[in-house]
Amino acid sequence: MKTIRKILSIIKPYSVFVVFSLLFAAASVLFTLMIPVLAGDAIDLLVGANQVPFSLLGPKLLSIGGCAAGLALAQWLLGVVNNKLVFHTVHDLRFKAFANITVLPLSYLDANPSGKTMNRMIADADQLADGLLMGFSQLFTGVLTIVGTLVIMFMKSVSVAFVVVLVTPISLFAASFIAKRVYKYFTEQTKTRSEQTAVIDEMIGEKKTVTALGLEAEAIAVFDQSNEAYRKANLLATFYSSIINPTTRFVNNLVYAGVCLFGALAVLADGGFTIGALSAMLAYAIQYTKPFNEISGVVTELQNALACAENIFELIDQPAETINANAALSDVKGNVSLEHVSFSYDKNKPLIEDLNVQAGAGKRVAIVGPTGCGKTTIINLLMRFYDIDKGRICVDDIDVRDVTRQSLRRSYGMVLQETWLKAGTIRENIMFGKPEATEEEVVAAAKAAHAHSFIKRLSDGYDTKIGEDGGSLSQGQKQLLCIARVMLSLPPMLILDEATSSIDTRTEIKIQKAFAAMMEGRTSFVVAHRLSTIKNADIILVMKDGRIIESGTHEELLEKGGFYHHLYHSQFAKV
Amino acid sequence: MIWQYLKQYKKECILSPLFKMLEAAFELFVPLVVASVIDRGLGGNDRTHIYHMAALLVGLSALGLVCSITAQFFSAKAAAGFAAKLRHALFAHIQSLSYADLDSFGTPRLITRISSDVTQVQTGVNLFLRLIMRAPFVVFGAMIMAFMVDAKSALVFCVVIPLLLAAAFSIIVGCIPLYKKVQDHLDAVTTAARENLTGVRVIRAFAKEEQERRAFEQKNDALCAVQKFTGKISALLNPITYLMINIAIAVLIYTGALRVNSGALTQGEVVALYNYMAQILTELIKMANLVITMTRAAASSSRIQEVFATHSSMENGTDQHLDSADVVFRNVSLTYRGDTAPSLANISFAAKEGQTIGVIGATGSGKSTLVHLISRFYDATEGEVLIGGKPVQTYDTALLRDQIGIVPQKAVLFKGSIRANLMNGAPDASEEDLQKALDRAQALAFVKEKPHGIEEMIEQGGRNLSGGQRQRLTIARALVRKPRILILDDSSSALDYATEAALRKSIQACDFHPTVFIVSQRASSVMHADQIIVLDNGEMVGLGRHEDLLQRCPVYAEIYDSQFAPQEQGAPQEQGASQEQGAPAEQA
Repeated sequence: MKTIRKILSIIKPYSVFVVFSLLFAAASVLFTLMIPVLAGDAIDLLVGANQVPFSLLGPKLLSIGGCAAGLALAQWLLGVVNNKLVFHTVHDLRFKAFANITVLPLSYLDANPSGKTMNRMIADADQLADGLLMGFSQLFTGVLTIVGTLVIMFMKSVSVAFVVVLVTPISLFAASFIAKRVYKYFTEQTKTRSEQTAVIDEMIGEKKTVTALGLEAEAIAVFDQSNEAYRKANLLATFYSSIINPTTRFVNNLVYAGVCLFGALAVLADGGFTIGALSAMLAYAIQYTKPFNEISGVVTELQNALACAENIFELIDQPAETINANAALSDVKGNVSLEHVSFSYDKNKPLIEDLNVQAGAGKRVAIVGPTGCGKTTIINLLMRFYDIDKGRICVDDIDVRDVTRQSLRRSYGMVLQETWLKAGTIRENIMFGKPEATEEEVVAAAKAAHAHSFIKRLSDGYDTKIGEDGGSLSQGQKQLLCIARVMLSLPPMLILDEATSSIDTRTEIKIQKAFAAMMEGRTSFVVAHRLSTIKNADIILVMKDGRIIESGTHEELLEKGGFYHHLYHSQFAKV
Repeated sequence: MIWQYLKQYKKECILSPLFKMLEAAFELFVPLVVASVIDRGLGGNDRTHIYHMAALLVGLSALGLVCSITAQFFSAKAAAGFAAKLRHALFAHIQSLSYADLDSFGTPRLITRISSDVTQVQTGVNLFLRLIMRAPFVVFGAMIMAFMVDAKSALVFCVVIPLLLAAAFSIIVGCIPLYKKVQDHLDAVTTAARENLTGVRVIRAFAKEEQERRAFEQKNDALCAVQKFTGKISALLNPITYLMINIAIAVLIYTGALRVNSGALTQGEVVALYNYMAQILTELIKMANLVITMTRAAASSSRIQEVFATHSSMENGTDQHLDSADVVFRNVSLTYRGDTAPSLANISFAAKEGQTIGVIGATGSGKSTLVHLISRFYDATEGEVLIGGKPVQTYDTALLRDQIGIVPQKAVLFKGSIRANLMNGAPDASEEDLQKALDRAQALAFVKEKPHGIEEMIEQGGRNLSGGQRQRLTIARALVRKPRILILDDSSSALDYATEAALRKSIQACDFHPTVFIVSQRASSVMHADQIIVLDNGEMVGLGRHEDLLQRCPVYAEIYDSQFAPQEQGAPQEQGASQEQGAPAEQA
């Protein structure tokens, strides 16, 4: 119910279209019902040889033509209005969902797989559109047709109308009776299909491994098993669901026979019930039962649409990141301090507790530690992707919660290990953070990031289009573009997540040089893997299990003989 | 053609439309029965005739029901069986494809082909069998029946049916490119959505939310506009059909009136003609839907066809015996399909059985390509790859790969227990073999710590293991089969240096003495090899032992220095120390 109310509130701006939709639907039903009556009246005039009153027949036939034109127009307008209504509604929903994605807290986006969230915006929205469209175009016309037909039938002949009213429900019962049985087979079908999908994902998704291990025959055997199970379930589900239609059609035919019998008897009884009226009734008998079949389909479709709508609203209604400051951070010097900071993703599992870091303006902070020690968490907190639980983080002695997130984030230049590029040209990607940059600036940034030479070798240079997520570029090239992107805007503070394996060491040296130049005079936080970066840092933070267990310069830490000493010898001093 | 998989269901494919036609034939009698009710029953005031005719109507629909259910059964059987056969054939075909074919298709596309495209074709076949005969049969049957009732009046049918078909056809054909356009715009919206989810950190770091919202809105608006336009055109189909049929009814009644007036036709017969026109209307509307489904199915079937048309680009050899595990490259070059520049150019080297060969170079320098040629994942475009003195092409590929243990860059494990994964490709390995392989791969300790030990279940894609654990298990898997040639393709990147060193030592101590290829970006991984191949942009710029290369090969020296000595700051003792530390340890 809540979902329906929400859909209605989305539709509200288009209520004019709803009104028109209802009007056109009513008009099209009216014309549809008129035509058999007029045709029946016309047929009544054809009593026998030399007895046809053409002067009366002409107007009847002309009004059939008029109704036909009116019907066609009403139907088309109904379709157009419904399309407009539905596509705008879904357009708005999609935009709302997207807009919310841009403000949702990272905690939500990290916790929900992006595929699932995307499905809500794309597939669910599409399903909703289909459902609504069907609902609008068939539900109302269907109901109106049934009501209109019944009214006319009762007006023409009570006994015939009763036959229709009594027999028709059988088709509904029959349909739902079969549908219930079919449900079982559908569940089975879904189950076997998802099993097969898993096999396909594995054995084709990782086909190269299958080839390398020579597992082709085994893979086919596993597949055949799931394939046979799916075929059986698929056959039953397809067959049983496909007998619903013939069954309801059979019941409809019974209605038809009933109308024919009782109608004919009514004509003989001569209660003013003519042959033309019988012909109209027979036409109605077909028209009347059709919406019943359609409505049951519409109801399933609408239920499906509602479930989809619920998914979308779940996304739209997610609370955005809280906004508690309007002041912008400006003229950043780069004094960063973390004071008594505590933070954890899961409140039951403490991660960072009472963390204290002082990074003076222009200092280089290296963060080292084994995988999973919380290095990325520090980035999340500095960028305010997540808010801390206790303590405070200050930039130039201003609590970061007292300034807008945007201004804080813009003060940092960030290069992550996970490269991300937009679909578009190379130039657009480099200019991402500074759309007003000149051509010279773009080239200079690319040169500084050692990306210029490979870009020039691409087919269209800076105008080369790259696909989603970098498309055909190598991982190393993508990383270079990400660096060029930051090089161009060059904010006062930097966060760098050093690449571990994606860039070869020779390119890495070049990047290191570029990084070093970039870091000159800027406060930088580097998740460091390279010995040279670590050695050149002003402070090394050694992290383990979310805590900073040691800090100091390279020499100090080595002298201490603690965890860093151990780490250094296992990772950097070669065997 | 994919339709060959329907062959086995020939009987069903004939019976289903046949029964559908029978059902339609019974329906075609209905207007005649009604006409007889009117003319004989009502005209002759014959109640018994009316009862008989009503009973006949019930009988006709009962027969129709039986025929139709029979038809549905045969079509469901044929469609489901055909789809299963097609899926099997497609799956087996995909399994036979070479790396080069996989590269040009891309696995995600292959997965769509075998799942949704096959389903689409199945729906098409099912509907085709049921309706394709029925719709034309009813349309033309109704026309013929109309001719039998009255040829002159039936001429109206001859005019209106072609007109209707032409109108419906042009609307449908006009809509197909529009549907494609809608799909393209939807793809653009999808891309924008996905990008914003995967790149959320970068977008927020640059504070680009507003700009992204505007960009999305543009794409979303464009989609909506195209959808509305397409909707306007496709919404024409039904109104035009109804309009033409209704006008035809008016004309039919008028000609009927002329014929009745001249005494050539009865009132009941006019009603029959009218009913035939109504039957045509319902059937045509069904057919329009059928055409849409069929175009979709046709598109899917041509996509599937495309996969079948790709024949594995490799001829299989017959030689079943590997004389030795010597590996020789003679002036080998490889240019990937669709590329203009070679990825590997003029490579020559000779590796003796039991030797360890290091392959080092920058990303994209051709390291993986080189080792892929040994397993014959690709064929060299020039030159020769010899194993045991014979070109790789002479061997039965299955046998060749059985003798080679390759550990790919991407550590892939399959759903199932650790044991099942280890035994993949070595189905008769003993318990001892497994333990030994785990031990050699430095994986025994962590496997033992698992609650179920070697029986621990691995989730799809190995999600419940760390990257390092996955890598060690894939190495163990390669070792279980005791390969004559072992290829480690950058497969220890997630291991720390100490573990990697221990792994190297245990591999050298293997009692089956494989020829080992170690591909790496780390100098420390290859420096102890008997020969090191240094690649740069697909060319071999160095071949020799570590000490020689340091002297002679600038590329190698540069790689080495970058990893061992922070040059500018200078820590010469570091470089010397590690070198000394490393070499004796390995020789021991």
